[in-house]
Amino acid sequence: MPSAVGALSATATVITLWCVVGFLAMAFMAVAACVLCRLRDPLPIVSSPDVSSLANGAQPQHNGTPFIYGLCAFVSLLILAAALASLLSGAGGGEVVLPLGLPFVGAHFRIDSLAAFFLIVVNLGGFGASLYGIGYGRHEHEPARVLPFFPAFLAGMNLVVMAHDAFTFLFAWELMSLASWALVMAHHRQPGNARAGFVYLVMAVLGTLMLFLTFGLLAGTVGDYSFSAIRAHPVSTPLAGAVLGLALLGTGSKAGLVPLHVWLPLAHPAAPSHVSALMSGVMTKVAIYAFIRLVFDLLGPPDWWWGMPVMALGAATAVLGILYAMEETDLKGILAYSTIENIGVIFVGLGLALAFKANALPVAAALALTAGLFHIFNHALFKSVLFFGAGAVLTATGLRRLDLLGGLIHRLPVTAPLFLAACLAISALPPLNGFASEWLIFQSILLSPQLPQWGMKLLVPTVGALLALAAALAAACFVRVFGIVFLGRPRSAVASEAREVDRWSLGAMTGGVGLCLLAGILPGVFIDGMAPAVAALIGARMPPQTSLQWLSIVPVAESRSSYNGLLVFLFSALSAGLAAWAIRRFGSHVTRRAPVWDCGFPDPSPVTQYSAASFAQPIRRVFGGLVFGARERVEMPAPGDLAAAKISVTRHDFIWEGIYEPVTRMVLLAASVFDRTQALTIRHYLGFVFLALIGLLMVPALWS
Amino acid sequence: MHGLSFDIAHLLAGGLVLTSFMLLYQDRLYALLNVFALQAFVLFLSVAWQAYAQGAPHLYVTAAIALVLKAIVIPGALHRIVARLGIHREVETIGGIGLTMLAGIGLVALSMVVILRATPAAAPLAREDLALSLSVVLLGLLMMVTRRNAVSQVVGFMSMENGLILAGTGAQGMPLVVEISIAFSVLIAFIVIGIFLFQIRERFDTVDSRVLDTFRGERS
Amino acid sequence: MVLIADLAVQGTEMLLVLCLAPLLTGFVRKVKAHLLRRRGPSLIQPYRDLLRLLRKEVVLADNASWLFCAIPYLIFAATWVAASLVPTFATGLLFSWSADLIAITALLGSARFFLALAGLDAGTSFGGIGASREMMVATLAEPAMLMIVFTLALLAGSTQLSNLAGFMLSPQIGLRVSLGLALVALLMVALAENGRIPIDNPATHLELTMVHEAMVLEYSGRHLALIELAASLKLLLTLSLIVCVFIPWGLSPAGSGVAERFIGIAVYLLKLVLGGFLLALFETSIAKMRVFRVPQFLGAALMLGLLGTLLLFVSRSL
Repeated sequence: MPSAVGALSATATVITLWCVVGFLAMAFMAVAACVLCRLRDPLPIVSSPDVSSLANGAQPQHNGTPFIYGLCAFVSLLILAAALASLLSGAGGGEVVLPLGLPFVGAHFRIDSLAAFFLIVVNLGGFGASLYGIGYGRHEHEPARVLPFFPAFLAGMNLVVMAHDAFTFLFAWELMSLASWALVMAHHRQPGNARAGFVYLVMAVLGTLMLFLTFGLLAGTVGDYSFSAIRAHPVSTPLAGAVLGLALLGTGSKAGLVPLHVWLPLAHPAAPSHVSALMSGVMTKVAIYAFIRLVFDLLGPPDWWWGMPVMALGAATAVLGILYAMEETDLKGILAYSTIENIGVIFVGLGLALAFKANALPVAAALALTAGLFHIFNHALFKSVLFFGAGAVLTATGLRRLDLLGGLIHRLPVTAPLFLAACLAISALPPLNGFASEWLIFQSILLSPQLPQWGMKLLVPTVGALLALAAALAAACFVRVFGIVFLGRPRSAVASEAREVDRWSLGAMTGGVGLCLLAGILPGVFIDGMAPAVAALIGARMPPQTSLQWLSIVPVAESRSSYNGLLVFLFSALSAGLAAWAIRRFGSHVTRRAPVWDCGFPDPSPVTQYSAASFAQPIRRVFGGLVFGARERVEMPAPGDLAAAKISVTRHDFIWEGIYEPVTRMVLLAASVFDRTQALTIRHYLGFVFLALIGLLMVPALWS
Repeated sequence: MHGLSFDIAHLLAGGLVLTSFMLLYQDRLYALLNVFALQAFVLFLSVAWQAYAQGAPHLYVTAAIALVLKAIVIPGALHRIVARLGIHREVETIGGIGLTMLAGIGLVALSMVVILRATPAAAPLAREDLALSLSVVLLGLLMMVTRRNAVSQVVGFMSMENGLILAGTGAQGMPLVVEISIAFSVLIAFIVIGIFLFQIRERFDTVDSRVLDTFRGERS
Repeated sequence: MVLIADLAVQGTEMLLVLCLAPLLTGFVRKVKAHLLRRRGPSLIQPYRDLLRLLRKEVVLADNASWLFCAIPYLIFAATWVAASLVPTFATGLLFSWSADLIAITALLGSARFFLALAGLDAGTSFGGIGASREMMVATLAEPAMLMIVFTLALLAGSTQLSNLAGFMLSPQIGLRVSLGLALVALLMVALAENGRIPIDNPATHLELTMVHEAMVLEYSGRHLALIELAASLKLLLTLSLIVCVFIPWGLSPAGSGVAERFIGIAVYLLKLVLGGFLLALFETSIAKMRVFRVPQFLGAALMLGLLGTLLLFVSRSL
């Protein structure tokens, strides 16, 4: 292998490939270490690995854990550096062909600017997760179920982004899917996880099948599956529509596009928290990379209507995802649903870019695509921090249900502000990065009158309204998350005795929040960094931002709109400081602690606080009837009756009940029909073979 | 017709759509009737402005009919009927007001896409008037579909009629008086039928029209 | 030199909004009292209240966290920054391009986010009621606001408030039904954003339907003073926003002389008086609505905003 590589000059690609080899080697190392450990000291089979034992008391020590995670962090950092260098230098590395995989075809790898951008996202997330894992992994009861698959998962994601032919791509895609599946099943004895793994597997298989068909159509009659060959022979127009549909299904099922999202809120929370962060923050982005690669790069010039389904699906995904999150009461489940929302936002950006590109409006298309890519980067950051925070809560209390938490701001003094910052970022509030990217998306929506099609002109503002609704709902959702988990009074004994987590975890979260703030106040730097990737796909880029006065960003023209995160940040800090100083100087600074007032009727029981369900109730009353068919039933006992009043809510998941349950029923029905063919005589089976043969022979006979 | 006069025509036509939405938003019968009167008044203004701007005096007749009949007489009569029969003052909606309004927005978008794509060559005012009037018609129809109460169904029908009149005045060169008088006879007929039906329903204390069949002996 | 002059104008503007905000609140209260044939408190009563609150000690709930103490400053900062970005008497201020209308909306969103967190911090049922209802109002008011922004921005080709105001002054604006819809929607959103009747009652305590007051129930002393000041600022900001977009006459453009600036201030004061009077008149003539009627009200605002955007495409220029 080294001899094949040595001759090539594409250093970044080579370095990254070696790093991937390193990941795989680590995976094998971990397997070997675990086997050795098991041989030397056979563990008793854990019969009930209940969650609460994750809490402070039991802290199993594993020396291999920090070693593996540390190495992972190091290797991720290496790839990160290589990808950063190749993105900033703008040099699309040459193609590397390894004599692996299919004979005479080989495995093609290439890091162009798009791949470099996504490598940065993947490895930034990977670095954070590995760092977090050094601390978090210590509480893992069965590290043998996590350690081998973690590096393999990272390797798979890196390979997907680097792959430059269909076979390598699909192989890497499957490696990524299977490794993440194994990680989802790490705690397979916990209730619900087995089902999560099963649903995930089915959806992953479905997605891969769609991608197989996509590549089949793309390669067409030429039959050359390398990306360069596909790019050279674009498919015909009616076929391109089919490819778009298949690509949406294939990558959307991985990214969590409604209605293919059903596995995501089950599987992401089931994995260990740093893996959840990787799956939510990074793996969904790899799926979006696949979509961009397929539709923007390989499929050729877009048709005008392509943007429509992408945008409409994106907007629906955004609103539905966050409404589901509003109803969820599991901390990691909420984060998973909010990932769905952000995927929707990103797809809206991509759909806009497609529409603009198809109508030869390269500047607008560049703006929309930049907004989408920026949101990809941002979401990877803050969603990782949020999952790390959820992991910290899990480590500290062993609980994930909102209704048992509360008051953690007193017990986790460092995690709480970091989690709050990530909440602010994901709620798209200035001056953090979530706002910067959503602002760019809104700016590109405002360019929609340039589109000539009437349908588009009217659709885009509607999509904008839905996005605005999703953003406002996201703010409500994260007020709920932070308010219920960290504020108020503890709702359980465990929550009142939580202890702050280790330094590695805090370090990973701090780094993520720092980057969030940086991307929020200096978005111009990041926009310029992404420019090569955008330019390669659209043929135009946003005007350079870093050279502008005061480091503000101006997407189109100064008379149109501008935003300066730095000034907004400084202004806010200054006014808050000024207010604090003035009050200190002129007002009283006496503070007295007293029992809570609550209009004179405080109740010492923490149950009387607003719970997660009660916080969501007004919003459920507004949207729930329409979206979930939610019905509330109140049973009020008659006057004088001492029975408790009851309120019960019934909800429906229309997507699950309307699509998946009928499909499941049909599959079961088909299975029971085909079950009869399982016990036939050999003569029958021969007959089937015979009929199949005749049928195949009939095809060329009748085809002419 | 340019500049200000176009703007005013546009404003009034848009106001008609707005009042259609206000009709959809109301959940009290009296408020509904008041808004309907308002819509008729906007229609009067719109038609009168068109008469002035186009220099078509026969449109003044249409405007006057709209003002007298639709803005004053019919709402007044409906007011009295509602008061005398003492019917439930709340408008029963199917599917909630929010959903109806959402559907209404969709209908406006639909009618705009249809008209704007179908008439690229027409004069801008006629185009825009047609788009807005189709919206008003569809919104009226939506109102008839989503309201159970006969009075609000009548109101929905008449607001549909308003949309038609808007379309007729916007397109220059139509024999308007003929159009309008026919439309009005249809309208009056419907009111008579509507009120009749409504009173019968009140007498039988139900809104289910099957009761009528039973009463006539057609069904046992 | 130019920079210094610009800075001076910007500084004046920030101080002006800060000083005027309680006066506006006092004025609205006074007019309301007069309309009810009461004498009402003095115009400068809000200043007295603020000063008294500043001098009082803070009584903090036992389990209130550091966030609870930090939030008043954050809310005040976000609101003040937002208020200083809205052109009040002059357009083209030094920092006006650092945030556009979308960013101003989002800044107010930040203030609301923190206020809702404050409501949840003490762990009381009243705070929770206020926070959850406030977020419900926000989920409809913010998209409605953004749809209004869309309407204006698609029309004017800019989301910068100074450019918007300039466009509204130009002859190409004409009479447009979309603008009317946007104005109505903006008025509805403004009532909701500021917790005015018919959405919420700013003068009430101990009423189950209250929203804003329920969230700040646990605040006292200097913290309460800051929150009250922020609420006044927000009212002033909303009113300034409405008059800046829909009655833009009299705004002094960038680089104008001292005399023009003073004319601008005088005209601005006049507009505020008018706006405050209309608000008071409206509030006295209408009853507060049920909480679960509010979504319909704001949903209507959202629909109006969307309708305004859609109707743009049948008007002449787009």
